[in-house]
Amino acid sequence: MTAPAIEGLLRELTPQVLGALVRRHGQFEGCEDAVQEAVLAATVQWPAEGVPDNPRGWLMTVASRRLIDQMRSDHARRERESATVTEVVPEDIPDTDDTFVVLFLCCHPTLTAASQIALTLRAVGGLTTAEIARAFLVPEATMGARISRAKQRIKAAGSSFSLPVGAEREERLRVVLHVLYLIFNEGYTASSGSELHRADLAHEAIRLTRMVHAQLPEDGEVTGLLALMLLTDARREARTTAAGGLVPLDEQDRTKWDRGLIDEGMELVKASLAGPALGPYQLQAAIAATHADAATAEETNWPQVHALYLILERIAPNPMVTLNRAIALAETEGPSAGLALLSTLDGDERMAGHHRLLSVRAHLLEKTGDMAGAYEHYRRAAKATASIAEQRYLESRAGRLSSSG
Amino acid sequence: MKFLISLHINPAVLDALTEEEKAAIGDGHGKFIEELKRSGELILTQALVDPSQAAVVSVRNGQPVVTDGPFLESKEYLGGFYLIDCENKERAIELATQIPDTRIEGLGVEVRQVMFADGQLEA
Repeated sequence: MTAPAIEGLLRELTPQVLGALVRRHGQFEGCEDAVQEAVLAATVQWPAEGVPDNPRGWLMTVASRRLIDQMRSDHARRERESATVTEVVPEDIPDTDDTFVVLFLCCHPTLTAASQIALTLRAVGGLTTAEIARAFLVPEATMGARISRAKQRIKAAGSSFSLPVGAEREERLRVVLHVLYLIFNEGYTASSGSELHRADLAHEAIRLTRMVHAQLPEDGEVTGLLALMLLTDARREARTTAAGGLVPLDEQDRTKWDRGLIDEGMELVKASLAGPALGPYQLQAAIAATHADAATAEETNWPQVHALYLILERIAPNPMVTLNRAIALAETEGPSAGLALLSTLDGDERMAGHHRLLSVRAHLLEKTGDMAGAYEHYRRAAKATASIAEQRYLESRAGRLSSSG
Repeated sequence: MKFLISLHINPAVLDALTEEEKAAIGDGHGKFIEELKRSGELILTQALVDPSQAAVVSVRNGQPVVTDGPFLESKEYLGGFYLIDCENKERAIELATQIPDTRIEGLGVEVRQVMFADGQLEA
């Protein structure tokens, strides 16, 4: 088996083994550590010695031993006598796939988003702490502490190892989708720094979302989120120049878009829109699909994009949605109409001095012919962003105006 | 999100503190570091030697020129920093308020988001 195949297998098995172990022994916290150690051992041994016949059983056995060692030393530390921990090396691994239960637990609402992401990547994604730390550019010890703090919080919240029921389950699923969305975003656009793509995280988010979709094929929002990721990821190649610069949607070479991903995304959008309810991910996916449908930027169906943003604004009001609607409105009714809509955001504290508001306003001012105003807003937007790629792009837009004017 | 919390010290202000007050600052930083480590938000912290020990380096006509520092003619100098990774700017500010320097008139604590990073993280 090749190294990537082993990695893939380990990522798939990690949450299954963890689920089985927690069912047997309880204590998610200790089991999660034990599974991580087993995965690390497999990463070293399997490529060298070959993959065992029953890889899941192997991981289960190693993780069980680690857990029992840990329980014994805990007992010893507490100087308790009669530590009757029997070594149960399981023969009967339950067939139920607990991956889903683990995922729901990792997205526990008492955790911060950063902790939910880290824990999900480790316990569900099967990534090592070192890999997660690298992806987020922090020291391994920092990430390790964050993960163990997250597990303590889950324990303190007294969560049981089972899927929430009723409304709580629905609510938790929204958190799960949000966490997957954040992982994808983190991979697709680094929130700071010079790397625009961290493809691994985006791919991991897609893999996990596919898994959720396989479990809940009827959920429109799950389908919508998967479609949104695929349609967005399809533009990856076209999105940056060879030098790492940012290429905006209307300037991208659309022949570089990944047709396979677009076709799959389009099918999913169609399927999700046929359902009874309409949620924010479905609408965002539908917007992405409208863009994907246009062979050139000029052919974009802007009235449709605008209509979709209008619905999105109604069901999930958010200044960022209004901002995007202003772009679509500018395309259908002219830049002045877009600017008028933007001015409604000026009083919004969440948007005050936000680089996206500044850069969209700069763009629309440029279209109205107000070059001085556009120049000033591009410069202010460049100062406000924390992304170097975006800053370079905005500076170059400003530079173009000053050299032409 | 990564933030640099920089600590701007004023040697005259620090000199005027009592021994107890100085010890309290040291303890406060110690506790702050422990808490950051536990929460998984600390990347790195460093404290710098007295500004009088600084060397200012320039190159003129290809020749290095080294003079005694500090570079800035100022009452306040960079004394050290915390590099943290936390949820958002609000959290960074919340953390900064736990730094003992914030309680002393004449010392400055500044929070700025990191834009680019490179190098070994296992510092």
